[in-house]
Amino acid sequence: MERIPILRMGRFLLVTIQVDMHDQLALTLQDDLTQRIVKDRAKGVLIDISSLDVVDSFIGRMISNIAGMSRVLDAQTVVVGMRPAVAITLVELGLDLAGVRTALNVEKGMALLQGATA
Amino acid sequence: MKDSNTTLAAIIRKHEADILAEWLRLQAEVRSPHGTIDEAEQRSASRDFLSALAKAVGEQSAADLRAPAFDRVREILTDISTTRARQGFSPSETATFVFLLKQPLFARLRKDIADGQGLADALWTATLLIDGLGLFTTEAFQKTREEVIQRQQRELLELSTPVVELWEGILALPLIGTLDSGRTQVVMESLLEKIVSSGSELAIIDITGVPTVDTLVAQHLMKTVAAARLMGADCIISGIRPQIAQTIVHLGVDLSQVVTKSSLADAFVVALARTGARVEGRGAAIPASTTAGA
Repeated sequence: MERIPILRMGRFLLVTIQVDMHDQLALTLQDDLTQRIVKDRAKGVLIDISSLDVVDSFIGRMISNIAGMSRVLDAQTVVVGMRPAVAITLVELGLDLAGVRTALNVEKGMALLQGATA
Repeated sequence: MKDSNTTLAAIIRKHEADILAEWLRLQAEVRSPHGTIDEAEQRSASRDFLSALAKAVGEQSAADLRAPAFDRVREILTDISTTRARQGFSPSETATFVFLLKQPLFARLRKDIADGQGLADALWTATLLIDGLGLFTTEAFQKTREEVIQRQQRELLELSTPVVELWEGILALPLIGTLDSGRTQVVMESLLEKIVSSGSELAIIDITGVPTVDTLVAQHLMKTVAAARLMGADCIISGIRPQIAQTIVHLGVDLSQVVTKSSLADAFVVALARTGARVEGRGAAIPASTTAGA
């Protein structure tokens, strides 16, 4: 079955989304991620969406959901690498991903997490 | 209708020289405040128009100006309207060119057709024809004007959205002119592109040059700020004039999510402090954090 890989980097987890998301994949990712946060005692989750050209309200909501779940499990979520066109689309859709932190790229996102959890 | 068309065409052709002379005289009487058109040019345009019209009317039902027989007539009219629109004539002045033809044409019709029914028919056909042509002139005029407006809008869009890098990691976006949704889109896109290409984490949006801020403009600003935040960059809005601060509060616009500063200089100091740099005078050091305030 298709899965999105979750990589561990120290106290943080890195998720790179490179394929089109659909319902089942999103549910699997939420499932896997919550399990890994608990298992690895992760303090932060980096979601890299720099390969996504198109983001719809479904993915927007999925990201919000993941952030909410991680917060309950005491891990911070940072979304990195959002493309300009994607950002404009999300704003036009009225999704401002409140409560989700953002950074320009993985490096800056990592620095943000390190600063926040230090 | 076909009969009255043929009659009309025959009469125009028969009296072409007379009608042209009288028409030109009438045109010369109308003085425009926007300057005059070259006499020779006017004469040749009018002559071409009249002969093309006579030919077209003879071939085609006058009611249908879109027919291929009227191609030449439309072409001449479009030329005239376009030239006049560029020269700054008003639409009625442009349409008058066609409407002035009524008087000489009707006079000839009255003289040549004795039969009352025939005259009424011919007059009706001619009226339909000239009204249609007049409307066409106005349309062509309008189209030219709209093209001019569109071109200017495009130029304005390109001119007015520069994104400049003030410091490493600090962008400035000086907005000048009214913000509508079209411009916001362009502004947003160029800002976000620049954020990506320069890797900046701070952007200062300066609205000193925005004449009025209403709820819609504020909404557009907030959208830009939200989009930049989604990409991982923070925005500071600067250049808020006292009048605009009052308007924003009276309108109940909520800018509490954004850092706002009254001048670009203040915003720059805040931005420098966030990037870890500080401004130092040659004498005593000015710590950025105390001047920044927020």
